[in-house]
Amino acid sequence: MLTRRIAEWLDDRLGAASFARTALAKVFPTNWSFLLGEIALYSFLVLVLTGIYLTFFYVPSAEEVHYAGSYGPLQGVEMSQAYHSALDITFDVRAGLVMRQMHHWAALVFCASILVHMGRVFFTGAFRRPREINWMVGVTLFLLAILNGFAGYSIVDDQLSGTGLRIGYSVALSIPVVGTWLTSLLFGGEFPGSDILQRLYVLHILLVPVVIGVLLTIHLGLLVRQKHTHFSGPGRTEGNVVGVKLWPVFAVKSTGLFFLVAAVLALLGGTFQINPIWLYGPFDPSQVSAASQPDWYMGWLEGALRLMPSWEVRAFGYEIPNPFFPGVLLPGLTFGLLYAWPLLESRVTGDRGEHHLAERPRQRPVRTALGVAALTFYLVLFLAGGEDVIAESFSLSVNAVLRTFQVSAVVAPPVAGLITYRLCTELAARDGLSTGSKVTVREIPRRLLRGTP
Amino acid sequence: MTSPRRAEQVAVLCFLLAILAAVGLAVVYWRGGQPQWEGVLLSLTLGGIGSGAVLWGKHLLPPGEVSEERKPLASSSEDRKKFVEELAVTPVQVGEQAGQPQPGPLRARRGLLLAASGAITALGAALLFPIRSLGPRPGGGLTRTRYADGVRRVVQQDGTPMRLADLEADSVVTVWPEGHPDDADSAALLIRLRDEQDLQPREGREDWSVEGVVAYSKLCTHVGCPVGLYQAESALLLCPCHQSTFDVLDGARPVFGPAARSLPQLPLDVDDEGYIVARGDFSSPVGPGFWDRGTEA
Repeated sequence: MLTRRIAEWLDDRLGAASFARTALAKVFPTNWSFLLGEIALYSFLVLVLTGIYLTFFYVPSAEEVHYAGSYGPLQGVEMSQAYHSALDITFDVRAGLVMRQMHHWAALVFCASILVHMGRVFFTGAFRRPREINWMVGVTLFLLAILNGFAGYSIVDDQLSGTGLRIGYSVALSIPVVGTWLTSLLFGGEFPGSDILQRLYVLHILLVPVVIGVLLTIHLGLLVRQKHTHFSGPGRTEGNVVGVKLWPVFAVKSTGLFFLVAAVLALLGGTFQINPIWLYGPFDPSQVSAASQPDWYMGWLEGALRLMPSWEVRAFGYEIPNPFFPGVLLPGLTFGLLYAWPLLESRVTGDRGEHHLAERPRQRPVRTALGVAALTFYLVLFLAGGEDVIAESFSLSVNAVLRTFQVSAVVAPPVAGLITYRLCTELAARDGLSTGSKVTVREIPRRLLRGTP
Repeated sequence: MTSPRRAEQVAVLCFLLAILAAVGLAVVYWRGGQPQWEGVLLSLTLGGIGSGAVLWGKHLLPPGEVSEERKPLASSSEDRKKFVEELAVTPVQVGEQAGQPQPGPLRARRGLLLAASGAITALGAALLFPIRSLGPRPGGGLTRTRYADGVRRVVQQDGTPMRLADLEADSVVTVWPEGHPDDADSAALLIRLRDEQDLQPREGREDWSVEGVVAYSKLCTHVGCPVGLYQAESALLLCPCHQSTFDVLDGARPVFGPAARSLPQLPLDVDDEGYIVARGDFSSPVGPGFWDRGTEA
């Protein structure tokens, strides 16, 4: 039989048969929520494939040219070669628009699916020992996905993304001591400079994807080595993992999932317009349009910039400008907390044991409530990123909308947390489930500071 | 529950649909392409394969779940001990323990180790220097604009200079220094106030406006977006990005939103031929703040 002949030919040279047998026998649990990470993985794959296609047409040059493509309203307009090439992909490369839109939608879905997957891992406690390393790898992947998305839509050099790049520059500029150096080295001078498109391009197509690829390999490798968590149930213990084997069932279904994810992205890319750059025009630093918003995964930062009261720190001829706090400090704290969470939780609960059973969120009311409170906070920031659109759509005063969001950012998270806590304890009691570590919120600061035996 | 026979039939149909859609995609492409059809047909091709595969996996393969034992993750303490031993670098004191075999493959003298680490660190530091070539030392460009070169006419983007008569009350025009109509950081807003609007100039800037015409930097002091909106009734400039609002009558002081500093003001005058000129640079560095910007609010 042909398969046997090929397998023997390979094994003569690689000796991989016994390893392959172990690998193919790996068991994967079948809960639907365990597929969220795969959706992220497969959108990344679509990003790479559509991205490669786009690299054959995009030109990362800031050199000014006059538009000579087929889109009438921009005929003769001065623009960068980068923007011109993006217009060519849109109008003058057959199937180019579908590829570009598929790529953009895939980026939006990639970031969204990572967030949901991260939420699943958080709310089921799957970041606990021995999976702390994988959690941190995952948080890094999230950060890189966001950065690469920002880089990707900024290299198109249209009016909207150029505004975002200007904001990014100014936020980096606000970093104490090193801000002016950092931006000068990154941009090759003051904004806008002539180097940033080329450099973001290299970051976007080479450096970040390679790091993502390596981290993904580690992420999946750790998953295989430590085996996936599973929910408790008949026959399921801390000492086993119950599910389907990698080959053939899991592999076939997972392949199916890849094609379905790609199918959804193709449908979105062909029929749902996204990033209509021809309507924005080329970037001009002296112009801006109202209702400028970034892509969704940057929305929380945009909202933070708007909500931050106009405080600045100024002393001895030096200053820490206002954008530093929402633009650098906030994301720094956010990701710092994300990275540290497994260690923080273990310190507070005193739980240093291995866990392979996934928990139901209601079994851990405090963790779930804190998680929901955090999500609520970032949701308020995200919505605040569109406060001018909200004000205009509902004919409200922009000032009033802003004040409402500022108050909500402080009030909504604890309210949401309290409601969540009650819901969890009630649901758990009704289901007869034990509820976790019994550490109350009030005890957390002390346990954080002094540890828990 | 779907019977295997039924599932197989549906799976075959899915694959057939995929084939048809792929052919359709080729036809659409060959005939000139059309984004919506390309997307739908590609989606059907991919979706057909995906659905067929999922049906195959769910209904046509051996069903049921299996259990795999989780072995302890940590290695045996024997293995761990040996590993640490084999990895350890054992410094050998000069003159000591001569003739005695030391455990571990790496033997090194303390001084040697120190020098080696120093060399690697020095290499690391040296390799960082090419990074310096990425951009210029941040300098005067952040604190000065083209207006610093001296008295200059202000012009619109197409190069035409401005006369006072060109501006009606409430009008706002973006201007640049003559000769540099594209310079990103010297964009300024020329605003003509209404007669009844009372300008309260900052100390030392009493003669910076001419007949109700004032000029401020267009770069928002928050994060640098162009402050593009003017509410003439209340003489307020609004930045559309994050809604920082500046009071034109009070030196463009921020009255709402995240901006913490006034928009720098441009000193105006009129030259012999009646064109509006800037007498010098803005009152403070334009645009967003940075560590050593230095001056006042």
